[in-house]
Amino acid sequence: MIQVTNVSKVYGGKKVVDNVSVTIPKGQITSFIGPNGAGKSTLLSMISRLTGKDSGQITVDGKEVSQWKSGDLAKKVSILKQSNHISLRLTVRELVSFGRFPYSQGRLNAEDEKFVDEAISYMELEDMQHKYLHQLSGGQTQRAYIAMVIAQNTEYILLDEPLNNLDMKHSVQIMKILRKLVADLNKTIVIVIHDINFASFYSDYIVALKDGAIESEGKTENIIQSNVLRGIYDMDIEIEEINDNRVCVYYG
Amino acid sequence: MKIRYLFAAVVVLSIISLFIGVKDISPLELFSMTEQQQHIMLVSRIPRLVSLILAGVSMSICGLIMQQLSRNKFVSPTTAGTMDSARLGILVAMLVFTTSGPLIKMLVAFVFALAGTFIFMKILDRIKFKDAIFIPLVGLMFGNIISSVATFFAYKYDLIQNMSAWLQGDFSMIMKGQYEMLYLSIPLVILAYLFANKFTVAGMGEEFATNLGLHYRRVVNLGLVIVALVTASVVLTVGVIPFLGLIIPNIVSLYLGDHLKKSLSHTALLGAGFVLFCDILGRIIIYPYEIPISLTVGVLGSGIFIFLLMRRKAYDL
Amino acid sequence: MTYKAKLGLLAAAAIILVAVFLFIDLGGNWDYALPRRIKKVLAIILTGGAIALSTTVFQTVTNNRILTPSVMGLDSLYILIQTTVIFVFGSFTLYKLGSNVNFLINVGAMILFAGILYKILFQREGNNIYFLLLIGMIFGTLFSSMSSFMEVLIDPNEFQYVSDKMFASFNNVKTELLILSVIVVALTLLYFARFAKYLNVLSLGRDQAINLGVNYDYVVKRLLIVVAVLISVATALVGPITFLGLLVVNVAYEFMKTYRHSHLITASILISIIALVGGQLVVERVFTFSTTLSVIINFIGGVYFIYLLLKESRA
Repeated sequence: MIQVTNVSKVYGGKKVVDNVSVTIPKGQITSFIGPNGAGKSTLLSMISRLTGKDSGQITVDGKEVSQWKSGDLAKKVSILKQSNHISLRLTVRELVSFGRFPYSQGRLNAEDEKFVDEAISYMELEDMQHKYLHQLSGGQTQRAYIAMVIAQNTEYILLDEPLNNLDMKHSVQIMKILRKLVADLNKTIVIVIHDINFASFYSDYIVALKDGAIESEGKTENIIQSNVLRGIYDMDIEIEEINDNRVCVYYG
Repeated sequence: MKIRYLFAAVVVLSIISLFIGVKDISPLELFSMTEQQQHIMLVSRIPRLVSLILAGVSMSICGLIMQQLSRNKFVSPTTAGTMDSARLGILVAMLVFTTSGPLIKMLVAFVFALAGTFIFMKILDRIKFKDAIFIPLVGLMFGNIISSVATFFAYKYDLIQNMSAWLQGDFSMIMKGQYEMLYLSIPLVILAYLFANKFTVAGMGEEFATNLGLHYRRVVNLGLVIVALVTASVVLTVGVIPFLGLIIPNIVSLYLGDHLKKSLSHTALLGAGFVLFCDILGRIIIYPYEIPISLTVGVLGSGIFIFLLMRRKAYDL
Repeated sequence: MTYKAKLGLLAAAAIILVAVFLFIDLGGNWDYALPRRIKKVLAIILTGGAIALSTTVFQTVTNNRILTPSVMGLDSLYILIQTTVIFVFGSFTLYKLGSNVNFLINVGAMILFAGILYKILFQREGNNIYFLLLIGMIFGTLFSSMSSFMEVLIDPNEFQYVSDKMFASFNNVKTELLILSVIVVALTLLYFARFAKYLNVLSLGRDQAINLGVNYDYVVKRLLIVVAVLISVATALVGPITFLGLLVVNVAYEFMKTYRHSHLITASILISIIALVGGQLVVERVFTFSTTLSVIINFIGGVYFIYLLLKESRA
């Protein structure tokens, strides 16, 4: 379980994350939503020890994040951030193989190769696994990175705006795969997402941040409500139900 | 800092500058100077004061122009290869046009300085990596390369000590008859004042500027020409004074913000004051010997630059 | 062409060039000339290898193909130390100090300086590598102004010693230094071996490296120390060769077309040897010593650097 207690972070005099406490439920997809600058990405970064916190505690399976040996934590928690524009000559398979680094430090054995194969087929990348990354489209590259995270085989997967730069078809594809990961492999997934409809359709639990603090949190159906959303986004958002799903109409 | 304080400081420093030197001339003797003292005043002290002020003002303004044009706080003649290009130009002039007068030398230096700065701006356009610190890094490396070309030729013709002596920033050699080239910077600085706002707009990018009806190419080229010409004349007359164009505009921006009309006058005055201060310091510390301005400004300048960098808030810029 | 074939090609070229260098025009006095040439070749292999390795590591850690460790100001520091000693104590002292002590002073000072820079870098979160480099460069400019100042005041006869130091030269490498350098480099390589496995992952960038379990700050700091030591030794041994690393590593990358450091490092070391031995051959046979190798390499490297910048299609 991931437990965040009274965590704060200050950037340039401004409290970007302000005394946040939250428990991430296991075996579910939790979405962090909120307006720009709300602190969602920063919070995610701190959970994965990518960024240090100024105060508070974050524990993963009972142990403080800063106390974990980085190599061990890498087998528990994986994070994929937004900007992945490295200009290396890597094939898809080589990139996905990096996901096994915490286990084999670069020397892959048969078991590692199995994980890599599985991750690649999960993301339907078999045909292009030997293509170079720079030959792929943005969507395909993103899928390759997600395959890498899958190969890393961690219980907790953190994704920071994974749908940026993806077209509709691939966005849906990725979200469906995330649901599969939870259903088949009992992963716990936390995503920062700014499209509230994807959050509505695919998450079990939503944490809404505003100005660095938690504005509201709860099960999806309780958060995707006009009055709650107004508190988060300062906007009037109509909710329509289509096929048991709540759709937010904020355009008008 | 109000501008009148700056102005007063410059005046005070100027007066001090006039009266420090190997030959004792006290301010009390101002109206009863001996002929020898008068001579020193006219030939050495006053020209020195004038060139200090001109160099300080013009180099600082150059830095400001470059920063406006490139939208980067760390671009300056030192960090864009301009100084080193001018240096190379003078070396070439020394080797190729040995007997020519200072005007030819300056012209050659100007051409090189312009070429170097121009190439740097082109490089700037191409760099996609927008980290603000990366730019001056590239500029310094670029300057290094040009410098090593100059050093190579100097080595070949056994001119290294010569060149170092010639081009090291040093006001002690300023005398009547040898510094007049610097007066060139006055019309250039005035031009800079007139075009200041246009430089700012040009700095926003070609499309933005053209949309507002600005002749982008013309304005940028004018800015570069001014910078190259001023740098060439300063390097030729005084030598290389590192970091001046970098730190003065940054200090002004710290306490005044970036509103151009206001910062221009402050930049000019602070530049003059800083150079005067360093020069006086250099003349006092090991009196009656002098520490050349390049060293004092180099030491103080790098110290201040590093301080500016360190205090810059994390993730800022 | 497979990686093995490519590396084989490079190795063959290197061996041929070394052989030519050793045996060309040997003449009758070979028992005099050969040992000296062997020493030169060893010095070249050592320096070339050190520079190639440290630049590769440096570029991986900074995720940037355009930077080289000598821009940290180490070159200028080296010249400053030499100039200061001659200025303050005269060239005779330099001579009396003995090359070993001089060497150790240089290496020590450069490593110390690098250490200070790193401390500044890692002090605050949010400081990136470029910050470190910029500060290094500023110090470099500062050191240069100080050197220039002293250069002017040094007796022209003494100045010969200074100007000799300003340019890297393999023409006169001392044996004692060679032995000392080999020892220092060997020890450094042993230390480096612990962290070599992280290089591939580090090239993915800071975030990915941490994600995959690398103790980023710890590893990067140590790798940078390795870089500093290697560059210091190379510079103290033959003088400043600023752009060799840049040239060699980029060529290796273009030629090998891989991300794997095991291939990249081997290739860059071989290319480095080819460039230096080949270059030295050209300097000796074609230019007949009228210029130094470092000037040629710096110039070519410099031009290549500008080319790299102008063709910047990716960050």
